Amino acid sequence: MNLALDKQHPHALRRLSDVLYRRPNLYLLLLLTPPLLWFGAVYLGSLLNLLWQGFYTFDDFTMAVTPDLTLANFAALFNPANLDIILRTLGMAVAVSLASAVLAFPIAYYMARYTSGKTKAFFYIAVMMPMWASYIVKTYAWTLLLAKGGVAQWFVQQLHLDGLLQLVLSVPGVGGSTLSTSHLGRFMVFVYIWLPFMILPIQASLERLPPSLLHASADLGAKPRQTFTQVILPLSVPGIAAGSIFTFSLTLGDFIVPQLIGPPGYFIGSMVYAQQGAIGNMPMAAAFTLVPIVLIAIYLALVKRLGAFDAL
Amino acid sequence: MPLAVQFTQVSRTFAEVKAVDQVSIDIEDGEFFSMLGPSGSGKTTCLRLIAGFEQPSSGSIRIHGIEAAGVPPYQRDVNTVFQDYALFPHMNVRDNVAYGLKVKGVGKQQRHARADEALAMVALEGYGQRKPAQLSGGQRQRVALARALVNRPRVLLLDEPLGALDLKLREQMQGELKKLQRQLGITFIFVTHDQTEALSMSDRVAVFNHGRIEQVDSPRNLYMKPATTFVAEFVGTSNVLRGALAEQLNGSPTPFSIRPEHIRLDELSAASHEVQVSGLLHDIQYQGSATRYEVQLDNGQLLAVSQANDQWQQHPQIWQTGQRVQVRWPREAMTALKETVLVEGQ
Repeated sequence: MNLALDKQHPHALRRLSDVLYRRPNLYLLLLLTPPLLWFGAVYLGSLLNLLWQGFYTFDDFTMAVTPDLTLANFAALFNPANLDIILRTLGMAVAVSLASAVLAFPIAYYMARYTSGKTKAFFYIAVMMPMWASYIVKTYAWTLLLAKGGVAQWFVQQLHLDGLLQLVLSVPGVGGSTLSTSHLGRFMVFVYIWLPFMILPIQASLERLPPSLLHASADLGAKPRQTFTQVILPLSVPGIAAGSIFTFSLTLGDFIVPQLIGPPGYFIGSMVYAQQGAIGNMPMAAAFTLVPIVLIAIYLALVKRLGAFDAL
Repeated sequence: MPLAVQFTQVSRTFAEVKAVDQVSIDIEDGEFFSMLGPSGSGKTTCLRLIAGFEQPSSGSIRIHGIEAAGVPPYQRDVNTVFQDYALFPHMNVRDNVAYGLKVKGVGKQQRHARADEALAMVALEGYGQRKPAQLSGGQRQRVALARALVNRPRVLLLDEPLGALDLKLREQMQGELKKLQRQLGITFIFVTHDQTEALSMSDRVAVFNHGRIEQVDSPRNLYMKPATTFVAEFVGTSNVLRGALAEQLNGSPTPFSIRPEHIRLDELSAASHEVQVSGLLHDIQYQGSATRYEVQLDNGQLLAVSQANDQWQQHPQIWQTGQRVQVRWPREAMTALKETVLVEGQ
């Protein structure tokens, strides 16, 4: 009967769909080939090509790149000046991730546990709306907000806290002459910009937490604080880890915020930008690109060892 | 001795819906008490009220004589076995069982010893290091049971704990739960929609319908002397006869119930002193230990009749569908019922 039906409709598309139905592996292959090609050739290929260029030689005198292989660029990463850049970026990435997690958790918890329907939609939009605006515009806006005589300073003055602000700004490693040229200001802008990337994964992990687990915990005699530390927090660690991978790697690679806000001094991202754009030292830029990759690999290994993914 | 749990005129309203409506129950200490009813009948809400996950809108709940209103779940001497077991996925079995002791500050060595003891009680020795995800449904259920019992509660609440198990395992667990309850002597409050389960395990059963209690009685009385039309139809199979037919057969329009196994199937001509009525044999289902017949009465109502196949010889099939037959039953086998009326707005 089916054969008869096929003969009546010798439609090419239908025959194709029949073949694909009978050969699910072929179907899968067809579906996966374009993304695999993209990921493999375009993405991984260009990344490996870039890293390969880190072994090329840059001639300081002629400013020319020659394909003579050398380890000099990678060795140069350990110069005191370059190490300083790496440690400064790493410190900022850790601080930004920690602060984002602390700020994001209550918001994510409220979204996951206490909102539904329209309120939940409102929170999603509120969290993601900042991402709809151009990142550079937002960063420039922050330079104005934090500048001398800007909104932030006015606000601090209204609260009569100028003394405190001056005190904070005088702390070495944190402060600077004004908020917009301080490490603190840079840190605030980073936290602002990456916060949604922390909120959403934590929210997703809390959303998956069955309410009966919280009931069971209370039923077994755990006070709310114990339920939080013993059940909620451990089960949301994969979400925090996922969010921190975003905030950590985005901070490691960023080159705009460090240029516009905060004291002078390169970050890894701005160093890559300077080496590649201004100086034309592609091999050194490529060597610097390796740093965030290695740091994130170490970070992932650490997080995994701490058991962050056990509850997945 | 104060009652284990006492509900006095308890109501719980969600928005407009009365999930629990003016319920009063007295549950004795050491009793195996079941709350039976269809889904949405308020039985689970009652359990949650005892556990403390819900607060009553009105009325009073006393647990061992102490008013429970406003007491959070973690301060109640009551533990729950959840329907989905609610085992903590990030802890191994032993830590799951020891959790209640840990949060109460019992030292590591002692709580591990007691957890292992509780695991032995549910026949899961040696499973302490496994994660809940590595266990079967029946094993998870036992872990949930051990986790609740390790705290030595005076009242154990069980929220349809056997619902997710297959039939064989369920029957086995029914026996084990009953044994455990007798052995420990603590009050079990068991919520189920399965009437066989409720009848076979409980000392007493409360039948819920639309947030109200229809009847609280021993399993035997519930089956033999149902109080309302709802109980008669929900607990076991029953024929409920009403109106003109009831008047014709019983001399009163009050609805009454008659169990299928109390009815005899007979030839049309047969005469007896029993209540009798004729009808058309509509369907015959052979069920092994019994044969089930459906007889359509002249007013259209179908009457279920069950005849035990308690003779070892094979009898020839004497009844044919489409045949007119007579059914009869002893007058005493009829139970007068109160018609279950749905309250306005439900």
